[in-house]
Amino acid sequence: MKTPNAELHWEKTRRLMFIMLGLWFFFSFIVHFFVNALNSIVILGFPLGFYMAAQGSLIAFVVMLFWFAKRQDSIDRECGVAED
Amino acid sequence: MSSTSIPRTGGTEFTDNLNKVYGLYTGGFVVFVLFLAFLEWMGVPNSIIGYLFVFFTLAVYAGIGVLSRTMQVSEYYVAGRRVPAVYNGMATGADWMSGASFVGMAGTLYLLGYDGLAFVLGWTGGYVLVAVLVAPYLRKFGAYTVPDFLSSRYGGNFARFFGIVVLFCCSFTYVVAQIYATGIIASRFIGISFEIAVFVGLLGILLCSMLGGMRAVTWTQVAQYIVLIIAYLIPVVWLSTKQYGIPVPQLTYGQALQEIASLEQQLVAAGSTLKAHTQPFTSYSPLNYFALIFCLMLGTASLPHILMRYFTTPSVRDARKSVAWSLFFIFLLYFTAPAYAAFAKLEVYQNVIGASLEALPQWVYTYGNIGLMKVCGVDAKSVADVAAACGQVAGHPGTLRVQDLAINADVIVISTPEIAGLPYVIAGLVAAGGLAAALSTADGLLLAIANALSHDIYYKMVDPSAPSARRLIVARVLLVVVAIAAAATAATRPADILAMVSWAFSLAAAGLFPALVLGIWWKRTTTAGALAGIAAGFGITIFYLVVTRYYPALGVESFGMTSLLNPITGAPVVDVAAALANPETVGAVLASKVGWFDVTNISSALFGVPIGFAVMILVSLVTPAPSREMQDFIDAVRRPRGETLMQEKTT
Repeated sequence: MKTPNAELHWEKTRRLMFIMLGLWFFFSFIVHFFVNALNSIVILGFPLGFYMAAQGSLIAFVVMLFWFAKRQDSIDRECGVAED
Repeated sequence: MSSTSIPRTGGTEFTDNLNKVYGLYTGGFVVFVLFLAFLEWMGVPNSIIGYLFVFFTLAVYAGIGVLSRTMQVSEYYVAGRRVPAVYNGMATGADWMSGASFVGMAGTLYLLGYDGLAFVLGWTGGYVLVAVLVAPYLRKFGAYTVPDFLSSRYGGNFARFFGIVVLFCCSFTYVVAQIYATGIIASRFIGISFEIAVFVGLLGILLCSMLGGMRAVTWTQVAQYIVLIIAYLIPVVWLSTKQYGIPVPQLTYGQALQEIASLEQQLVAAGSTLKAHTQPFTSYSPLNYFALIFCLMLGTASLPHILMRYFTTPSVRDARKSVAWSLFFIFLLYFTAPAYAAFAKLEVYQNVIGASLEALPQWVYTYGNIGLMKVCGVDAKSVADVAAACGQVAGHPGTLRVQDLAINADVIVISTPEIAGLPYVIAGLVAAGGLAAALSTADGLLLAIANALSHDIYYKMVDPSAPSARRLIVARVLLVVVAIAAAATAATRPADILAMVSWAFSLAAAGLFPALVLGIWWKRTTTAGALAGIAAGFGITIFYLVVTRYYPALGVESFGMTSLLNPITGAPVVDVAAALANPETVGAVLASKVGWFDVTNISSALFGVPIGFAVMILVSLVTPAPSREMQDFIDAVRRPRGETLMQEKTT
């Protein structure tokens, strides 16, 4: 087992937090600012701007969270502060 | 006594066999539905099938509740902290998705089109904030309630009390609305009177939660999630298969959207005015649309009944995984809701609008008779009623026009089985699903309120030396008291309280979000800063809500509020000067139609959250930094390894 390195752990955790918040902000707000432009693209009947709000962003949130759980867990292990 | 040293009696076997138990349960439920379908085929009347559905499912939930009874404090408050991530995810899904989400969400999307998607986005994206910013750290701390954390981080009972006030404000109106929803669903589907239905629902809720606390609520919520998701998916999957040959409504409704768009063009060409389904910002201005998403997301990350679900996982790692699973299970319902809305709109545009008044589809009358469909301003009870009402309208062409029809949002989900031509048993299934959604949310909320009263007020503030047995008795008595108070309020059909439910998110966001997030992520946050920030953020939010809703004239005259604007034309929605000229009616005319910067009161946390953060940071910077011990405490909260910080005494 590695010796705990609390400073490194928190630095990496913070960096991951900012990445997650950046992605969150993009899929919650930024992509929907362009709804009118995206709506001119139609895939399988879905105007893309509508699709992003109805499904696209939601799928992104779900995938992000599973990735986050895995990534944070490996940070915890790397820095020796994971639960046994 | 730490979580790991709890004697693992009575329940270990159960938690080891969860897949088997819930697999059997799901199979049993499917067999039960098939059996009822068989009864229907044999000619058993619909009302009997409705009764069987409601009472059988209620009995199963109550049975789980009674089997999960416990006399251990940690079992009662946090289910012994051994709920696996996936099952906690399902329980959170049921906890989260209320009766209104189940029955009303698709209807909101039907009525608002694109703009309704603010709710879909807001109620899912908030989980990113839960997982990243809050839940794992509260789990490490080892709280029983959210005020527990505030009290430890911000030194004492003042912070605890602030937390309880915010919790009570956002949870009580919400639980009243859930009990109201159980009453509506039960009375509509099985025809018992609304008041009796409310108390039948209350009984179901109490049996699920009273004896076993969090432990019982967890395992009934899992059972309720399974019922509600099956009930939500079956009608729309069936409809999609029937109309497009593919059982994936989430894909096929793209075609429905295309058909809707072309029908909309025809209707507009024929002189109708309507809001195009996929056209953004027809009901909310862009500012209000994004403000609503913001408030719903931050509210999600602050609502105590959701956060406390993550106190039940075996580890911090599981808490994170569990948030991901929660969102997945919630996503299954929320990405299906727009399909319901699209199919219903297509049906209405194809077969209702433009139909001659004598040839409206049968389902219009079914829901007209229970007051959910209006044609030409009256309930569509019969062909004669409709013809008479439309005959009164000058120049009515004799075929139904867009503006003649008023659909209640609740119709969309409950009418789909009938529109799709499904047997009655599916309609009963939908009722059981709606009931499961409302009951499970009510359970979670009730437990959040009662635990704040019993754990935070009674045990931590009134009698810290109370033995476990007495604490658990007090917890149960308070649970019953709060439940009866909520049911009694619901039985009076309080229109105001139901309208206030949407406020819960703004209140939670402004009251708790800055204190929770800064408490974990910024060591410099001081007690004075936190208290001032909560008071300022929560204060300004509740001020904005109350003034815009109840004292709009005062808001205009003394606080610089102006009329909200029409999102399409940009014109004021009310003439404020004219309304002020008549003091008799000014309150009713202006209610919820004025505000600052055209922000509707449902998004009032748009003011409260930034002010809360700003005050918290400024006051923290001018007060002495937290002690060395507090900084070590925060370090320990941030580090997954190690014991929980709040330890239960061993008596």
